[in-house]
Formats: sequence, C-alpha cells, structure tokens
Amino acid sequence: MLVGLMRSLTIAFGAFALGLVIGVAGALGKLGGGGATRQALDLYTTIVRSVPELVLILIVYFAGADLINGVLTAFGQEKIDFNGAVAGIVVLAVVQGAYSTEVIRGAILSIPYGQIEAAHAYGMSPWLTLRRVTLPALLPFALPGLSNLWLIAMKDTALLAVLGFGELTQVTRQAAGTTKAYFTFFIAAGGMYLLATMLSNLLSRRLEAWATKGVAHV
Amino acid sequence: MEMLHAEGIRKSFGHLEVLRDVSLTANKGDVISLIGGSGSGKSTFLRCLNCLEHPTGGEIRVDGEAIAFRPDGNGNMEPASKAQMRRIRSRLAMVFQSFNLWSHMTLIENVIEAPIHVLGVERRQAVDEGLRLLERVGLYDKRDVYPAFLSGGQQQRGAIARALAVQPVAMLFDEPTSALDPELVGEVLKVIRELAEEGRTMILVTHEMSFAREVSSQVLFLHGGRVEEAGAPAEVFGNPTSQRLARFLGNLN
Ligand SMILES: Nc1ncnc2c1ncn2[C@@H]1O[C@H](COP(=O)(O)OP(=O)(O)O)[C@@H](O)[C@H]1O
Ligand SMILES: [Mg+2]
Repeated sequence: MLVGLMRSLTIAFGAFALGLVIGVAGALGKLGGGGATRQALDLYTTIVRSVPELVLILIVYFAGADLINGVLTAFGQEKIDFNGAVAGIVVLAVVQGAYSTEVIRGAILSIPYGQIEAAHAYGMSPWLTLRRVTLPALLPFALPGLSNLWLIAMKDTALLAVLGFGELTQVTRQAAGTTKAYFTFFIAAGGMYLLATMLSNLLSRRLEAWATKGVAHV
Repeated sequence: MEMLHAEGIRKSFGHLEVLRDVSLTANKGDVISLIGGSGSGKSTFLRCLNCLEHPTGGEIRVDGEAIAFRPDGNGNMEPASKAQMRRIRSRLAMVFQSFNLWSHMTLIENVIEAPIHVLGVERRQAVDEGLRLLERVGLYDKRDVYPAFLSGGQQQRGAIARALAVQPVAMLFDEPTSALDPELVGEVLKVIRELAEEGRTMILVTHEMSFAREVSSQVLFLHGGRVEEAGAPAEVFGNPTSQRLARFLGNLN
C-alpha cells in the first residue's frame, strides 16, 4: 500500500506542477492573447469545469491514447501501452490546468496594474516582468486557490484507479479483495489520504505566511 | 546640454485627440512643470515620453538618441526596437501618483531591482548605492519594510529612491503628491526640491502651483492637448497672457 501511496503522491504532484504550467500559460493567454486564443482557452476551461472529472479522465486517457497511437501507426511505429505514471500525470494535468488557469487569471487581475506598469517603465522585458513582478505578486492571491487544487489533485488520483495505475485506491481494493478485510484496508487508505492532506495544509499555511509578508494585516 | 527633447507629440485614443502638438526640451538641470486642468493630456504626454503610450506622431530624443518608431497597426507609432525602448525607459525614471512600489519586495529590494535586473549592476554595489539613496530620502531605517507597512509619504519617497537608483537621464513625475494626505505632501515636496537644487533634470506634472513656481525653470500650461502658454514661472504665474490660464490659476486661487 505504501507503494500505492507514493505513486498517488507522485502522480498528484506531477499533475499539479504540470497543471500550474498550463495555468500560467492559460491565464496569460486569456488576459493578453488574441481573440482566437481566448476563445480556445474559454472552451477548454468551460468544458473541463462542467464535465465530471471521472468522465473527463476517461475521455482524455482513451482519446489521447488513440490519438497518439494513431499518429505512431501512421508513421509505422509500434503502439505503446499507456499505463505509466506519466499518462496519469498528463490526464490529471489537463483537468488541473483548467482550474489553475482560472485561479491564476483571477490572481493576476488582483495585482494592482500600476506595479506591472512600473516594471515596464523601468525597462523590464515581458519575461522579466513575469518572473520578477507578476508571478511573485500574484502568489498571495493565488495560494489559497492553489492549495485547494493540490488537495483535489491528490484525491483525483483515486479516480485513476479505474484505469489501473496501481495508485493507492486501486492497490487497496486489490489487497482488500484478496484478504477480504475490506474495512481495515479502506480505513487505512482513508487515513493515508487524511494524513497527506493534513501535512499539505501545514505546508500551505507556511507558504502562505511566507508569500504574504508584503501584505498588511489589518 | 540637452537631456530630453520631444517635438510635435500627437496622441489619439480612437477618435479622441488627446495631444495635438506638444513639444518640450529639457536641458541638464531643467525642471519643467506641466500644469493644466484635468484631462488636458498631461499624464498622456508624460507616458508618451517613455513609450508607455504609443504616440500618434512626433519625435522623441533622449540623451541625444532618437527613438526609432514604426506604425503599430492601430494608427499610432510603436518603438521599432524593443531593446532600444527598454534601454531608454530604464534611464527615464518615472514616479507615479500611486507610488506603484512592488508589494512583494522590501524597500531596498525595490530600489535595487532595476539596477540589478535591467542595468546589470552587481548586487553588492546596487545595495550600497540603494542604502545610500534610502538614507537620502530619510528611509534608511525602513529599508527592510514592505511597502504596505509604510505611509503614503514614505512610499513615495521610496519610489523616488527607486527612480534615483537607475541614475536617470531625466525623471518623470506624474502628480507625485496628489494621492497623499495633506500632512504628508510636505515631506515628498522637500525631497523633490532637493533634487531640483542639485541639478536633476525633471519633468513634473503637478497641481502644487506654489511649489511649481518655486522650483521650475520652465512651466507649460496644457489645454486641450496643446501648450497654451509656456515660459519662466514668474511670467506664467505672475502675468498670464492667455485667458484660459488666467482662469485656471484664478480658480485655484
Ligand atoms: N487609455 C486611454 N484610453 C482612452 N482615453 C484615454 C486614455 N488615457 C487617457 N485618456 C483620455 O485622454 C485625456 C487626457 O488624459 P490625461 O492625459 O490623463 O489628462 P491629465 O493627466 O491632464 O488629467 C482624457 O480625456 C482621458 O479621458
Ligand atoms: Mg493625470
């Protein structure tokens, strides 16, 4: 089961991180991109947020696998079997990315625009502005939403059980099935999720305290 | 020696003509005050000088270097070279009405940011110089404080230190005291007056008429996007020739 837990955490972390990258790109695209970019991103975030995650995961996984294998066969390559942690990460990241996009977009809009303008006025390039001003300044606004997303990422790994990724929930079900000690194993699994959540909360509170040093508490 | 020269600046937002033909030359040590009613185009002109707005027409020269423009596709002109624009911007330090210090950085971090990351100054040297500047504006003991924990007057003095840190060719002030509580205005004006006295080149948009009269070498009165009257402060304030200027000054009494 510990192997399952590790696998869950790996997938959750990878999906969260990749989702963040999608989120930053998506938020910048929504705020600064052209009409077509914006429409495509709106479509993406709307679909992901309205379709149940389990259905979405199945769609992304099977459609993605078909698509990639289709391309591979077209080029005369062997089909590959998608079962690794990477596939799980990518599938969940597509879901996480949509929520991240909204969280980060909202956070960017909360930054007083004058601070970004000051960066331009002092000769910063767009990339430098993003790295030195926009991203650090949006953290206080984004962290509550992002820590929430991390918890969702962790729980959503359980949904990957239907695809057989050997993550915590699936391993538990197998172990419970062979030993018939359903209650014990699922309580144990539940306890592990709870523990992971509590640790995460502790960590995100630390992070928030660090990121909001510059925010006056009234 | 000419530091900043703008010739025939025009600017439209869509059909709204905000600047119709504004020119100005600032030689080393000049303090040029822009006065005028709200909406007369003062901020827009200042923002055209460092290309925060794309002018519709005109020429700009900074420290002898002409900014190269090309059409931006919206009827205005954009800098042809982003690198040139950034280089020029980094030497035209702007001080904003709302301070705009970076909220996630302490005061000293705000001051050393552009020198290190834009101008490539070595960190040690930037910090030494930054602390010296904070001392100058009376904020040495606040160096490690975040902007949100400072008064408006302190934030604006910090923003002035940030501006000085890039060793600007000219400083652009856009109503630096308009967002301040009345009792905090004096401390900021004092710093600006000292800068004027030490021969800094400054363009100052202000509603503080007695201050403008005292520190300026030249005053431009803008109305409807044109320079309605220009001259030495004693003439402009003491003996306005234009009716509008007389009325403007009279309303402020
Ligand atoms: N980004 C903008 N888009 C449209 N109109 C603008 C914009 N910025 C300024 N204006 C208009 O330009 C005119 C001059 O504004 P501004 O330069 O801010 O005047 P001032 O600083 O003298 O009060 C005003 O009518 C204002 O509404
Ligand atoms: Mg203005």
